[in-house]
Amino acid sequence: MRQSLAPRNLRRRKIEENFFRVLMAGSVLIVIACLGLIVGTIIWKGLPALSLSMITQTPKGGYYLGREGGILNAIVGSLYLASGATLLAVLFSLPIVLFINVYARKTSRLATWTRFSFDVLWGVPSIVYGAFGFILMVFMGLRASLLAGIITVALLELPIMSRAMDEVIRLVPPELLEASYSLGATKLETALKVVVRQSLPGILTAILIAFGRGIGDAASVLFTAGFTDRLPTSLFQPAATLPLAIFFQLGTPFPEVQARAYASAALLTAIILLVSLLARGLIKKYTKHLT
Amino acid sequence: MEQKPHIRIQDLSVFFGRQRALKNITIDIPDKKITVIIGPSGCGKTTLLKCLNRLVEPLDGVKVSGKIFVDEEDIYDPKVEVTHIRKKMGLLSQKPQVLPMSIYDNVAYGPRLHGQKNKKKLGQIVEHYLQMAKLWEEVKDRLSEPASRLSVGQQQRLCLARGLAVEPEIILGDEPTSALDPQSSQNVEKRLIELKNDYTVIVVTHILRQAKRIADYIAFLYMGELIEHGPAEGVFANPKDPRTRAYLTGEIS
Repeated sequence: MRQSLAPRNLRRRKIEENFFRVLMAGSVLIVIACLGLIVGTIIWKGLPALSLSMITQTPKGGYYLGREGGILNAIVGSLYLASGATLLAVLFSLPIVLFINVYARKTSRLATWTRFSFDVLWGVPSIVYGAFGFILMVFMGLRASLLAGIITVALLELPIMSRAMDEVIRLVPPELLEASYSLGATKLETALKVVVRQSLPGILTAILIAFGRGIGDAASVLFTAGFTDRLPTSLFQPAATLPLAIFFQLGTPFPEVQARAYASAALLTAIILLVSLLARGLIKKYTKHLT
Repeated sequence: MEQKPHIRIQDLSVFFGRQRALKNITIDIPDKKITVIIGPSGCGKTTLLKCLNRLVEPLDGVKVSGKIFVDEEDIYDPKVEVTHIRKKMGLLSQKPQVLPMSIYDNVAYGPRLHGQKNKKKLGQIVEHYLQMAKLWEEVKDRLSEPASRLSVGQQQRLCLARGLAVEPEIILGDEPTSALDPQSSQNVEKRLIELKNDYTVIVVTHILRQAKRIADYIAFLYMGELIEHGPAEGVFANPKDPRTRAYLTGEIS
């Protein structure tokens, strides 16, 4: 009996194994192909418009109709805006996450509810943040400006950053905290000197993810940051952003300007890539002493 | 006991939610001796040990009643500063928990927290306590390396040096050799025996042979209750309670 059963069973299991292996490899392939297609399309369509003046000049002839000049206004605006928003988000995220992990018990009701609210906020579409940011802006007596954009994008980034930080900080073993407490450290000292250091790579990754989301989002800055051909010089003036530049350029009926939209998209992608690489390099450099 | 006890525990009970982890524990822990807390797993050994430096805090469903006096000071008195209590005790946990920093910084962590900023003094402190933990020779040329690169046995001795560097009076060990190989375990046991000349040592273990090797005083816990305690020879040679006898002969474990 056993002799006759074994080979057939084995054959079936082998087929199963191969079937799922092909399925998995196929999925991987599709994802890589998608990435390649997206990047490829952007570069192929944007290449005619891509030139040095794109990144060194501000638009000539207005951002709707401009066929000359560059998008330096949007590049600088986006970098300012995303950096400001990310900084603001870190200032709130890190204390929140340290609080629910070090001060509150990990399983306490407060921690659970905080996590739940972040999950909900994570799912809120960015246009809603845009609308909320607009009301907040009016309420604060601001007009569409770099500052209003920073505040709105910071709100958008906050749940993403906090949840990503929370996931890594949760992994710090409680015994490590106890080791620090038993040396006479306070909770604050433990949080800053032990917890943050232990999870530094994860924290930096969280900041990076949030930055990527912030710099690429169009809907949240649509009503709040405004748009301008000039470089931003003050927090209280409107600032151009890359996603909106792409939006406006694509919306024109002129093929040359549409090509500029793809060039802008290529630049936005390049910026995100560069920042990721830079941050990864920094993480490697600063965590050498950990492992 | 003719000697003055270092720690007096009076009628200590601990609840985690509805579950009672410790029931009315009363015991005096002798000064400058090794007291070993034995008992089957889940009997409350670790909870008792953690109460001693207030790592068990009465919040979020945890209830602590009774009193613990260290040097005649009630440590659960809300007026007592918790860092002051903890500074008096060095803790060795089951798995060595090195801090995410260099070997040097691990030992200097405590002294720095308590205000030692002088670099030369810190260097002396680090060397002194690494030598006391018999780790100095192995690490003196690599003090700036991350502590996580040490072997587990070395890490546990580093934790010992780190604990000693805050100049405690009491060493608490929560199964401090359970993650170590036999040779490293022996090494840690030797250190503990050396230390009892200057420190009160309290060790939790489930290894009976280890208890026999190092204990001066024994406390046997079973299901959250203190069944029997007394000088080690007495308890091992002539246990009074049938449950202690059953545990020592391996009938319950």
